[in-house]
Amino acid sequence: MYEKIWEAHLVHEAPGQPSLIYIDRHFIHEGTSPQAFAGLKAAGRKVRRPDLAFAVMDHSVPTKDRDLPILDKDAASQFEALTRNCRETGVRLFDMNSRNQGIVHIIGPELGITQPGQTIVCGDSHTSTHGAFGALAFGIGTSEVEHVLATQCLSQFRSKTMRIRVNGQRPRGVMAKDLILAIIGKIGVAGGVGHVFEYDGEGIRALSMEGRMTVCNMSIEGGARAGMIAPDEKTFAYMEGRPFVPRGRDFQAAVECWKAMVSDPGAKFDSTVEIDAAEIAPQVTWGTNPGMVTSVTGRVPDPGSFSDPDEQKATARALEYMALEPDTPIVDIPLDRVFIGSCTNSRIEDLRAAACIVKGKKVARTLKQALAVPGSRVVKAQAEKEGLDRVFLEAGFEWRDAGCSMCIGMNPDVLPSGERCASTSNRNFEGRQGKGGRTHLVSPIMAAAAAIAGHFVDIREWDVDGVE
Amino acid sequence: MKAFSTHAGLVMPLDRVNVDTDQMMPKQFCKLLTREGYGRFLFYDWRYLPGEKPNPEFILNWPRYHGASILLARANFGCGSSREHAPWGVLDYGFRVVIAPSFADIFYNNCFKNGILPITLPDEQVDDLFHRTEANVGYRLTADLPNQTVTDELGLRLTFEIGAFRKEVLLKGLDDIGMTLQHEAEITAFEKAHPIRAAMYEPVDVKLSQTAK
Repeated sequence: MYEKIWEAHLVHEAPGQPSLIYIDRHFIHEGTSPQAFAGLKAAGRKVRRPDLAFAVMDHSVPTKDRDLPILDKDAASQFEALTRNCRETGVRLFDMNSRNQGIVHIIGPELGITQPGQTIVCGDSHTSTHGAFGALAFGIGTSEVEHVLATQCLSQFRSKTMRIRVNGQRPRGVMAKDLILAIIGKIGVAGGVGHVFEYDGEGIRALSMEGRMTVCNMSIEGGARAGMIAPDEKTFAYMEGRPFVPRGRDFQAAVECWKAMVSDPGAKFDSTVEIDAAEIAPQVTWGTNPGMVTSVTGRVPDPGSFSDPDEQKATARALEYMALEPDTPIVDIPLDRVFIGSCTNSRIEDLRAAACIVKGKKVARTLKQALAVPGSRVVKAQAEKEGLDRVFLEAGFEWRDAGCSMCIGMNPDVLPSGERCASTSNRNFEGRQGKGGRTHLVSPIMAAAAAIAGHFVDIREWDVDGVE
Repeated sequence: MKAFSTHAGLVMPLDRVNVDTDQMMPKQFCKLLTREGYGRFLFYDWRYLPGEKPNPEFILNWPRYHGASILLARANFGCGSSREHAPWGVLDYGFRVVIAPSFADIFYNNCFKNGILPITLPDEQVDDLFHRTEANVGYRLTADLPNQTVTDELGLRLTFEIGAFRKEVLLKGLDDIGMTLQHEAEITAFEKAHPIRAAMYEPVDVKLSQTAK
């Protein structure tokens, strides 16, 4: 599939040189684009295809009342710059007051801008999310953002391919998030460097589009620039009727094209990893990268249990930062805050699943905050239509407006130093959610249950029949 | 972009695996609109105590490494976020060369856009460099891109691999965009041959709100 998409987008190739590939969709946000627009302007260059670029404000937006002035001057100047740059160049912008605003990787698929067989880039490493539709989608740096604006192409070396086959079916209480955390735990955070992942197998086919997006989203945490899943009937059903998706006969014609953009039987991969979904338990990270993960039934590891000295050091350092003692059972870890949101887990299905767990219960008194942050305003509106906002609010959660929120802490939602958070986001790096903050990555239902209990619990012991 | 040919300088070891770009450049500094001035924020959370007092325990603040311009690192350096603010910080602080057993893909690419030479060496050689750096105060290396060598003043001579194309781009400080625009005719031809139908990028009969105010 990777090769097919690559070949279909080749503009120029020469031996020993990177190939020039055409970019179908370019997503832009306020964080990594101002220098690119400035560079373009300084060089007297124009945006080649403003019609193929889509900008949105997400990283730095407040998730509380948007009618209030932006107090953070740096964030305000980012918004001004993006607004001005889009106005001057004709790039479409979903600003923070648009009812279609949301996290870039949520709104692309939601609006149907993301389509199978496309090449998609964005100055954000979680662009891999869009691969769930069978697109080749990857994150780029700001210099490359400028390159795409100027040329609608990127100069790239071909990646290697790794097939990640998920056999069997997930047990109840195990979500897409647990699958991808288990995969990263198995291959390591550098396991996919230089590769594009293609996920397949029964365990992947059984996932909804939302679940597939969660899996592809975290490909970068396994070191891969992109992760992809071949489109199927579920993909087409999800897409039909979305604003940027063709209608009627055009749609049928598009589906036929998309069906051809999948790996042939017997396609060769540079490597293959297999994992059995049936054996996966709910996952919880204990350290400072997503590969430092174990089952909810597990314990915090002892640095001495690793054979590699680098790993021993890294583990010791991670435990010090996380203020965890070796051999502590995961379920004994107490929490200060819970965050349900981010481009990994803030789609309607994630919120439905979490709401199902908290319904009729109360957030533990020991918790300082429990946040539910929809990934987009469309998700927010849908959730409110279903009454999920009431469920969260009645349980003691805060119900917020759409944005990256506490996943990245570039906005007012920051995890205070020394506090511990169960988070449905994608990175547990030191200081990721806020300087000195301690992050444990989990699925939405694990986060929801942790909010109620005040510590991690094995969600399989709860009633999860209403989930999915 | 600054061209790179050879560089000799003081080496600073950073003995941690999987150093991510969130550590190199925490998010609060990713709100600036410029490409310059990030050096003082490099490794901010490790480097400073409250009140921006230098943390004496962090190696960047050790007097013996003041003025270092070659960063010696461990595996998977630069993983995580695509933020180019990270290499901007590395460069602005004064590092021109980063040596590691492996790099994360996006960071590696970003180095070449900014005139930083990332050198990949086998684990054992990187280990040896760590020993040499720690054992010798004022330990310096020379990175020679044309000859693809790393040498010290004690007789060590290592060779490294780098793609011919990337090497040329760095040596000449080439402008990527300018190079691509030399293929303008091919890009135009591609667009003509693969028209993206308006139906696929114009919203179909659904009113979108791009702004509410």
